[in-house]
Amino acid sequence: MIALHGVTFAYEGRPPVFRDFSWRVGGGIWSVLGPSGCGKSTLLLLLAGLVRPQAGSVQIAGTEIERPRPRTGLILQEYGLLPWATVQNNVALGLRIRRFYGPDGRHVPRDEEVSGLEVQKRVDHWLARLDIGELRDKYPGQVSGGQRQRAAIARTLAMQPDLLLMDEPFSSLDAPTRESLQVLTLELCEEAGLTVVLVTHNIEEAAFMGQRILMLREPPNREARVIENPHTADEAYRCAGAYQRACASLRQRIDEAGTGSSQRPSGGPEEE
Amino acid sequence: MSEIVQPSADLSHRRSDGRAPLRGLSVLGAALVILLVWEALALVLRIPILPSPLAALSTLARELTRELGRHFLASLLRVIASITLAVLLATPAGLMLGQSERLDRLFSPFVYLLYPIPKVVLVPIVLLFLGVGNAPKIVIVTMILFFQVLVLVRDKAASIRPEILTSVRSLGAGRRALFRFVYLPASLPAVLTAVRQSIGTAVAVLYIAELFATQYGLGYYIYLQGSTLFNYPKMYAGVVAMSILGLGLYFIVDAVERRACRWVNA
Repeated sequence: MIALHGVTFAYEGRPPVFRDFSWRVGGGIWSVLGPSGCGKSTLLLLLAGLVRPQAGSVQIAGTEIERPRPRTGLILQEYGLLPWATVQNNVALGLRIRRFYGPDGRHVPRDEEVSGLEVQKRVDHWLARLDIGELRDKYPGQVSGGQRQRAAIARTLAMQPDLLLMDEPFSSLDAPTRESLQVLTLELCEEAGLTVVLVTHNIEEAAFMGQRILMLREPPNREARVIENPHTADEAYRCAGAYQRACASLRQRIDEAGTGSSQRPSGGPEEE
Repeated sequence: MSEIVQPSADLSHRRSDGRAPLRGLSVLGAALVILLVWEALALVLRIPILPSPLAALSTLARELTRELGRHFLASLLRVIASITLAVLLATPAGLMLGQSERLDRLFSPFVYLLYPIPKVVLVPIVLLFLGVGNAPKIVIVTMILFFQVLVLVRDKAASIRPEILTSVRSLGAGRRALFRFVYLPASLPAVLTAVRQSIGTAVAVLYIAELFATQYGLGYYIYLQGSTLFNYPKMYAGVVAMSILGLGLYFIVDAVERRACRWVNA
């Protein structure tokens, strides 16, 4: 699904975040874990086609990514909802953009022709699936953070993506909301057979969500360090010993990465 | 101090300061008090240059169906033409400056220089170049509104939060869709605010412009009645008509703004 080959990327006037970095993703649900400033969000922007590497290639589904790919969904910590549009219209936004362009193969998949009726049908379906049907006429400013993130997820899934990129999607939510949304997201992604890359700085979230975990450290990142974490992610897993062990081992690896980096001169770019 | 009198500065409510909008009833009450004070002054002074409000208003009602109506219409059409022109020109320009830092760097010194110039001093120049008729009046009022709309729309477009742009782009939006689905709706409140805030100045400058090289418009009518024909009730009727023109437009834009921008309070 995803193939990064020899990717080098640096922000203007900064040391590189990735140098000759390669990584392959066949499918499934991945967490990307690392300290702030390690390049997690940059990795996601590369995958989303919102930034281009200076060297190397980013391929998704066998195609070199040069612009945002219509079948890739992106969900951000700050939701990115339009404040002037109701929840319903926000959920419909992606589909309306598809209708705006028509199936041009560039902004919209060539085989995707959505009618106005189809837009309404899909919006209704996803509003109901994320349990925000009653909020359809509210503005984002009138609903809670968790409900906003539900709207953002509905908006993305209504586009029927095959790859979902999530950047700290639950970080501004309180614990109960976060945990229920984590489970719901996993359910929805497994239902649709999505490939997911979820970026987080939270060890518990990485362990709970990711069947595989990509660890990044202080830039420049040269090699993809992958931790296998096979499990079924349901609520019960949070109490399982395997989960506790996964968290402990991740914490240890992060600490090692931290001590390692403190001996090098620091000065890498801050991510946020 | 950019233009002459600013009768339309934020008189009432504003969303940003969190105060409640004014009630229709209290506005009506204030109007009544103003009329009463006028009446009292007219009663006490008893001079021809201050007729009673009743005389002025009854003249207004009578004259509106005659000559004054035509002048009112001429002024109204000029203001509407100016608003339309200014919005059509300044909105796209503001959007372009707001979303391109390079363009903004290039043009902002010009805007910085031209924006504060009181456009009313340009009236004689515009008249020289465009001569008689509607064109110079419309152009001068358009210039006032243009900069106000330009600046507010530019700032609005520049302040759109990056995560909105990122996520809408990830939904497949290119430049055109970003304009249609993000920049345009985001700048609508700015357009309306700009028009509302500058409409008083616009009408005031229209008055000045209508003193010259025309035989239509409220400015001409007021001046003619007051300084040539010495018909003071008619002059006052003209003044009230011009006030109604400014107030009416202000109220209309205010109502549209409140309807279209309910989300701002949400």
